This record gives sequence, C-alpha cells and structure tokens, in this order.
Amino acid sequence: MTLIDHPVHAPAATNVETMTMAAALNRALADAMVADESVLMFGEDVGALGGVFRITDGLTARFGEKRCFDTPLAESGIMGFAVGLAMNGMRPVVEMQFDAFAYPAFEQVVSHVAKLGNRTRGALRMPIVIRVPFGGGIGGVEHHCDSSEAYYAHTPGLTVVCPATPQDAYSMLRAAIESPDPVVFLEPKKLYWSKGPVDTSVREALGRARTVRDGSDVTLISYGSSVQIALDAAAVAETEGKSVRVVDVRTLTPCDDDTIFAAVRATGRAVVVAEAAGFASVAAELVARIQENCFSFLEAPVLRVTGFDVPFAPPKLEKYYLPDVDRVLDAIDALGWES
Amino acid sequence: MQLIDETGTTHADDTYAMPSNERLVAAYRALVNGRRLNDQCSALVRQGRLAVYPSSHGQEACQVAASLVLSENDWLFPTYRDTVAIVNRGVTPEEALVLLRGDWHSGYDPKHTRVAPQATPLATQLLHAVGLAHAATLRGEDTVVMALCGDGATSEGDFHEALNFAAVFMVPVVFFVQNNEFAISVPLAKQTHAPSLAHKAIGYGMPGQRVDGNDVAAVMAVLDEAVERARGGGGPSLVEAHTYRMQAHTNADDDTRYRERDEVKAWVERDPLTRMRAYLSAAGAWSAEDDSALAAEAETMASALRDALNREVEVDPEDLFRYVYASRPAHLDRQWNKLKDELERTAAFEATGAAGGGTTESGTKEQKS
Repeated sequence: MTLIDHPVHAPAATNVETMTMAAALNRALADAMVADESVLMFGEDVGALGGVFRITDGLTARFGEKRCFDTPLAESGIMGFAVGLAMNGMRPVVEMQFDAFAYPAFEQVVSHVAKLGNRTRGALRMPIVIRVPFGGGIGGVEHHCDSSEAYYAHTPGLTVVCPATPQDAYSMLRAAIESPDPVVFLEPKKLYWSKGPVDTSVREALGRARTVRDGSDVTLISYGSSVQIALDAAAVAETEGKSVRVVDVRTLTPCDDDTIFAAVRATGRAVVVAEAAGFASVAAELVARIQENCFSFLEAPVLRVTGFDVPFAPPKLEKYYLPDVDRVLDAIDALGWES
Repeated sequence: MQLIDETGTTHADDTYAMPSNERLVAAYRALVNGRRLNDQCSALVRQGRLAVYPSSHGQEACQVAASLVLSENDWLFPTYRDTVAIVNRGVTPEEALVLLRGDWHSGYDPKHTRVAPQATPLATQLLHAVGLAHAATLRGEDTVVMALCGDGATSEGDFHEALNFAAVFMVPVVFFVQNNEFAISVPLAKQTHAPSLAHKAIGYGMPGQRVDGNDVAAVMAVLDEAVERARGGGGPSLVEAHTYRMQAHTNADDDTRYRERDEVKAWVERDPLTRMRAYLSAAGAWSAEDDSALAAEAETMASALRDALNREVEVDPEDLFRYVYASRPAHLDRQWNKLKDELERTAAFEATGAAGGGTTESGTKEQKS
C-alpha cells in the first residue's frame, strides 16, 4: 500500500511497534489516561474483564477503579452519566459494548450529548468519546453487527469517526479524547485483530480523509473494514489495466470534502464502498456531495456498493450481504469506459 | 410529613424540626414573588410574548424549597416547569425565559449560575445530575445536586437508571419529585401502582420521604435533611412532594377534559401561600405592612419582566452556526456564507423595491433561474 499523505511526520523508530487494532486502542486509552487525569473510561464489563473485546484490558489494574470502572447495565444511564461528568470537568470515554446495544442511549446522544454545547452557546462543551464496536464481518448474531453510522452522522454536533488501521485507531482515539466536542468512535470489529505498525508519536487531526493508494482512472471511497475490500479490488483492477485510487474517509462527519473531491476530479470516476444498508446512508451522502461538486469532471455516474436494504444478515448469510471484491469490480466495470 | 396544615396550625414532627422564622419569611417572600412570576408569564403567553409557559402555580412551595436549601456551590437540575426555582436560585427572569421566548435554547450560563439547562425530555437530566455529582466527588468538591422531576418522569427508564447509578456510586444527589397528580392529562393512578412515589426509593437502597408539597416549611425541612445527608457522604435520597398543578399543563392543554373543577377548587384551600402567611402572622413575624411592601416588590419584578419581554430581541442568524462545534467546521462556514448571501440579496431586493414603491410580500425573494 502506498501512503500518500500519511504518516504526518517521519516516525521516530523507537515509537513504532506492530500491534493489532485492539492493542492500539488499548494503548491509546492508557496513554490518554496518563496524559490527562480527567479522562475516565467506563461502561459494561470494562473493568476486571477488560471489555468483551479486551480493549480496556488492564486499565483498572493500572489506573484504579475511579478511572476505569464498570457501571450498572444501562446504556442510557452510561451516556447520561457521561454528560454530567463532562459538565463538571471530566473527559468521559464510554464503551457501548456492541453497536446495536447502544440504541437505548440514543436519546441521550442526540438530545443532549450532541446539543448541549450549542444550547449553552459554548458554555458547556461535551468532550465525550462514545466507543462503539461496530459493523459486521465477524459472524456475530443479531444485534451484534449493526452498521449504525448514519444515525450518528445525521446528528449535527457529533463528530463521527471510523479508523481502518491500527495507526489510525491509535492516533484518532487520542485525538477524539482531546477533542472539545463529542466523538462517536466506531471501531470496526472485523479489524480488531488486524495488525499494523503503530507510531505512538503520530498525532492525527480529526476531519481529514487519507489517500491510501494512488491511481488515475477511478477513485474508490470507503471507510472502516470496507477499505480493505476497496484495496483488494484496486489490486485486481490494476491487473486488468485500470489505475485505482483509494480514499479512506476516516472522519464521516464533518467530512473532508477537499480530499474526496480532489481525488474524484483527478480520476473522473468514483465508487463509494460501505457495508451499511445503502438507503439514506453515509455512502448515499458521499455520492450526493460528489455529484453536486464534481459533476463536470465526471465520466460516469457515481456508484455505490453497499449492504442491501435489509436488517444486517445472520452469520450464515453474511457473505451474501457484505460488499466484496467482485461487487466492487462490477461497479468499476459499469463506469462507462467505452466513451 | 407536614409541619403546617391548611389553616396555618403547626404539627410537631419527631424527625424534622420547624425551619427558623427568618428562613420562613424568606421562603414566603419567594412564594409570593414566584406566584407573581408564574401569573405574569401565563399572561405573557396570552399576549404572544412567550411561545409557551408551563406554570408551577400552586407548586411554588416545592420550587422555593428546592432552591432555598442549596448552598452557593450546589447545583440545581430543573425541568421545563421549574422556572420559579431557577429564578429563586439567582438566574434573572428574562434569562430564564429565553428558552420559552424562543430566541435561543437556553438563556443562562450553567457553569456561572450552577443551574443546568432546563430539561424538556423527561428524566434525562437526572442522569446528568448524577454524573455531575460523581465528578464533584472525584474532584473532592463539597457539592450537592438537587435533581427535579415530576410524577410522569418516574415512569421513564432514565429515572430508574439515574436512581440506580446514584445509589451504586453513592453520589450526593437529592431526587426531588414534584408529584402534581398529572402528567399532562394522565393521573398518577395510571402512572404507577406503587403506594407512593417515595416507595420507589426502597428498591434502589436509598431513603425515601413523602412530604406535603404545599407546606413550604415541611418541604424545606425534608430537603434540608436530604441535602445534609448527601453532603456528609450519606449518598442519594428520594423526596416526593405531594402537590397539585392548579393550571393546565401549558396553554395548549384543555384540563377540563380530564379533571373536575371541584377537584381544582378543593386545592385552592391548600394553597402554599395562604397557610404560610397565616403561620407567620400568628407567630408575629409578618404584618400587613410587610404585605404591601412584598406586593410592591413582586409588582416591580413583574413590571421589569414585562418591559424586558416587550422589547423586540434582535436575533443573529449566524448564531445558527456558531456553537454547533467548538470551532466551526468548513461545511458550516459554507452554509453560513450561503445564508448570508441569501439575506444580503433579499435586503438589496427589498431596498430596490422600496425605492420603486411597489414591493409586495411575495416579491421579497428572487426567482430562481
């Protein structure tokens, strides 16, 4: 993979380690808790167990039960509790355990977390990070594999991010915790055990997309676990003589239009790849923005490769539901190459 | 629990002492000012100066007690019906009414006033109160949080979650339920099958106390004790004040559909103002001269409020974009520029039209090409 504009600066060798995304997230939490005493980590099973995905492993032992602790089993409670803590000087990081378990907290998120800064003309900021193990691809049963990003992305006041590499998982979680605004931090479950280099000295501003592969014929735009699908499709397309650029959106909202539009203008063709159901999705929004802003550069309509408009598939049907390399290649082929 | 009944007669209680006459005089002044504020605001709704006003007429004893038992560093978490409590805590009436006037979603700085923004969704603010109180404990602050809600809110999941969190983490919060018998139109009997709302405390492992909500002395005594327990590290408690909403839920409500006039009239006899005046008068702590002075004070407040609300407030359309994020992102810059351009073109068009003398209402927008 070619890194075009990332990492931001040359890594100091001593800070680089190869680790899984899960380990990178754990490291980011620990480093943030060392850096700032007001950072608190809490949720369901995050203490002794270290979280069902072990993202908070060892934090209670290291920082004590006042800094990393289990709450009663109540998602709205966790979120509302975080609001009050943030009102009084804390920087809460909450774990929602699974995407579809977060819905009881939805009222607190959209009515208060997202709005209180605006309501109070900035007097009360909500520096809350909502960590959501997110998306499918792991054969999970019902309510364990939702792609819920559009619900959050539709809500003004929230920053919604989704890392695709261990490096971004580390850097973006650090940035999310330092952000004065609430951040919904979507962690692609499928990537928890994927490995990559992590430079803990790299700092990443939220709101920036990343070009992960250069190319001149078509741009694939993606985020989370779908980035790897896009990269795999790009490699195959290259053998068929098409030069494919891949952009990882990383911050879904506020969205880095500049990087996306520049890529699409350079290639003239674009496909958005994401696993969530397509209707009223982040993918739909990206396509609309591209059409509105890059129309005169386009050689063909912008296409979407998404999940079907059905509830997330049961484990044995998942492979039929999720976007895969073939589906992306079909979309690339449909981009009016004859003209 | 009751210390002073409808006639002004006292009833000694083994647990709760009568507050001092000095505090009760302060409470009575706040009751009268609160009643005047409620009635002035209801009038301002009829005059179109407020979009809506949920009056606490009849519930002023709860409002006054909730604010008077707090110290300067304590916090108050109010609902939409708690304007009197907010004002009594030091927020100016105009700032408190910005939300209901409709020019912004909150008119005061919560950190400065130690009053949380008024909550409209039911019971959600109770969790915020618990979180804030827990943060205070972690920071070693001597802060108690008074969290208000109504009887309807006790049916919400967040009510349960807030009490449960508060008890598990032993936070310094007093949950104060103003049971005014109705959640808009639904009576308490359809809200709960529990013998009382105070009973709910038992299930969370915290003390619960029921008090006559129209007896300001009793409400203060009970809340005093709960605040003191919280401040001393004794954890949260639940206080249910039994009171009555004398007026409709808001101006959009027709309360003749769900309650008999006789029921409302019966509660006039239990008015929190008359009994406190009777008590203070009998105790020699209040006179007819005091009445006139207080009436004048209340009238001055009401008149200043009328003046404030009769002034046209200039709203700034850029405010739409200013506070959504800590720093304004590019897409909101673009949207503001678009709106600004639209406003400038409209203004220019209106100026031209006015010069030509023929502008109509429908002619103020440019036609799309």
